Amino acid sequence: MQTKISNQQKIKHLYNRAGFGISPLTRETVDHKSIEKAVRELFVQSKNIYPLQVVTAEQMRLEREEKKDSKQTFTQSATPQEKIKTIIKDRIESIKSLNLAWVSQMVSGNAMLREKMTLFWHGHFACRSNNAYFMQIQNNTLRKHALGKFGDLLMAISKDAAMLGFLNNKQNRKDSPNENFAREVMELFTLGRDHYTEQDIKNAARAFTGWQFRHDGEFFFNQRQHDEGEKTFFGKTGNFTGEDILTTILENKQTARFITTKIYQYFVNEKPDPTIINSLSDQFYKSDYDIAQLMESIFTADWFYQSSIIGSRVKSPVELLVGLQQTFTIQFQETQNIIFLQKVLGQILLNPPNVAGWKEGKNWIDSSSLLFRMQLPELLFQSAEVRVEAKEEGDVNTAYLNNRKGKTIQASANWTGLQNAFKKVKDTETLDALAGYLLSLPITQAQKDLIWRRADKSSKDALIKSLSSALVSLPEYQLC
Amino acid sequence: MKRRDFLSRSALATAGTMLIPNFLKAFERQHLNTLGLNNKKLVIIQLSGGNDGLNTIIPFRNDIYYKVRPKLAIESQYVLQVSDELGFNPALTGMKQLYDDGLLTILNSVGYPNPDRSHFRSMDIWQTASGSDEFLSTGWIGRYLDSACGGYCNQPYKAIEVDDTLSLAMKGDRLKGLAVSNPQKLYQLTHNRLITDINSAQHTEADHEQVSYLYKTLGETVSSAAYIYDKSKIYKTKAFYPPTELGRKLKTIAELIVSGIETNIFYVSISGFDTHINQKLRQGQLLKQYSEAMSTFIQDMKQNNQLNETLVMTFSEFGRRVAQNGSGGTDHGTANNVFLIGGKLKKPGFFNESPNLQNLDEGDLKYQIDFRSIYATLLKDWLKVDDKMILSNLIGHLDLV
Repeated sequence: MQTKISNQQKIKHLYNRAGFGISPLTRETVDHKSIEKAVRELFVQSKNIYPLQVVTAEQMRLEREEKKDSKQTFTQSATPQEKIKTIIKDRIESIKSLNLAWVSQMVSGNAMLREKMTLFWHGHFACRSNNAYFMQIQNNTLRKHALGKFGDLLMAISKDAAMLGFLNNKQNRKDSPNENFAREVMELFTLGRDHYTEQDIKNAARAFTGWQFRHDGEFFFNQRQHDEGEKTFFGKTGNFTGEDILTTILENKQTARFITTKIYQYFVNEKPDPTIINSLSDQFYKSDYDIAQLMESIFTADWFYQSSIIGSRVKSPVELLVGLQQTFTIQFQETQNIIFLQKVLGQILLNPPNVAGWKEGKNWIDSSSLLFRMQLPELLFQSAEVRVEAKEEGDVNTAYLNNRKGKTIQASANWTGLQNAFKKVKDTETLDALAGYLLSLPITQAQKDLIWRRADKSSKDALIKSLSSALVSLPEYQLC
Repeated sequence: MKRRDFLSRSALATAGTMLIPNFLKAFERQHLNTLGLNNKKLVIIQLSGGNDGLNTIIPFRNDIYYKVRPKLAIESQYVLQVSDELGFNPALTGMKQLYDDGLLTILNSVGYPNPDRSHFRSMDIWQTASGSDEFLSTGWIGRYLDSACGGYCNQPYKAIEVDDTLSLAMKGDRLKGLAVSNPQKLYQLTHNRLITDINSAQHTEADHEQVSYLYKTLGETVSSAAYIYDKSKIYKTKAFYPPTELGRKLKTIAELIVSGIETNIFYVSISGFDTHINQKLRQGQLLKQYSEAMSTFIQDMKQNNQLNETLVMTFSEFGRRVAQNGSGGTDHGTANNVFLIGGKLKKPGFFNESPNLQNLDEGDLKYQIDFRSIYATLLKDWLKVDDKMILSNLIGHLDLV
């Protein structure tokens, strides 16, 4: 089905993949730009870095003091146990605020490409920690290097407190090495399985001994815990440090191939195209792992805009939620429900399932998640009752994720943006125009008839509202 | 034509007719499914949070147990003693009866090498049947579904999770199980006008498979929901199930089993076992709920001549540390007990020796049985499928069923 792809469709595709879709307002300003220009502007806008600033170092310090206190002294106001409970509660609140702050930032559309890359790297360097301050530092590190040199990103994340803690490098000591960090760096972050030996892991782990972090999240190298002995890594022998190991890994072309493949599968198509990936990863390697350059090559390539690529990606839950919020300017009365929706849909920011990150693509879709996605517009626009309970995972510290405030989601959409954008379109052409804007794939006449039959034709505004609601309830809306 | 709301306020307005796309009807007619040949039922109960095995099955003659748990240990006079060394938590009267009736096998010290103490990761490992150093994107029951459908699978109801959302365990590559908390509700939800209309309207066969996958999933959901709902109406149990979450879920399963549903695996999880504080009271309540629901269910199966066709497995993602912590509870540990309940057990009672409290790994039990050997056995000897297709690292089999 090779159809001619219009410039408008291409722009929309670019915004879906490089960001979270296109807001009604933005649409008018970028619709007619050339792809080259639109891509250039995305990069210019993403020069800005908006770090998340939800948790302060001071909060962090107080929390630590409290914890120390609660272990040492009995105060009259609270027993240590209750104090610990309060601390845990505060931490949960902080993590929640961080999650919500990031969602708002994605919805805002500011530095869109940078935020999308940050989300990608968050899934790649997947990590969780109950220390919100550390998670904030990490998230800002990902954001800072999201479009920079992969080598810098790798080095920064390898010295990141949340990551070192998550992968047990605190326990990686001279006399009792812990290989977890070294293994994941190679298996999941750089080379991929089967491109190193167990011997390489053993020796790399010894090189990373002494990589630790302070209470305030600062990296420090604990010389006393570092194994100074000779190590053999990828056939080279020497007294290697952790930095040497990362440099050697980057010298290996397989790292460029592995990262390029993952980026291709996320931003272009689940099914890798060996020819394209070969040439992209050669270029990536030659450019000293320049991420921005790699992304630009992808977004300006002809193959990126083929009909087989457009609409081939299953939106991740975060892409779906952020996209809906952006298109319909949705306000949630209870922000907890944003977390609840992430939980039910299966992707909680700052809370990946494990170090391998989220499984993308079809993995998002099963009978219940698809039905829930199709009901989302009804829940958000019509306050339909939520008839789904989130599954309890059993961890007392994450039980809060399941909380839903109220029987309904209590959200309000602001339709004016959409209504203004489409009010000049003829009634009879409104459905096609909206479908073109909201969906990445064409729909059939039968589907159009179905939606048109159900539409509220009492006024132009009502028509736009009912048509849009129906379109975003379609299975096709799950794809971009 | 009368104007309708785009979506009726309550999605409970059911459509009169079932509109399954023709391509699905064709496959339903074929109905050639290897899974259908086996009538055995496996019911899996997941205790989320890490149930404390040492206070579930209690080593009431072990001094170490009493020494490291001064506040938490259950005094021997309260233990429901069944062997020289071991007995049940006093809340488990129903389970003790099952033990006495020869319907229960207890496997001690079940775990896996290099245990992970994170809830999520360890549950991941149990649900995907991976090693602790590998990350699989499919669950072991999902792969069971995959392996059993040659070429085309369209029967997600072969594996049902009684819940609103689907666990990773149930997700295969080509086929995923079905989450249904209440058959009637799912039927109403999938048979409201909008869903049936969307499902039946001809959609574009785009040149990538994702669209087809979405519509295939939708079609299977609609037809499976109807199938399960039809079955759910056939038999209403007379047994009195306790009014708890597990009681309700096991009642749903019992009614489906007796109605002759072609489902081989049922999956249920209950939560609350993460007892870092105030464990004695909390765990007692949870075990009581488990025990009462389970004995009602087994009794119900017995009365309907289903006991020899049904096997229940109960597990948790890890046990707890051997020693108590400072706040009346226990922290995350490693190996734990697994229960098998049914009429066709080869070795009722204790399958292996009591946990060794002397030879610990930094305060944790060392595992004696790899959980994957239990899975392998259930797949091969109970569900009669090729376990090698489903489990990548075979650890061997046990003489269980």
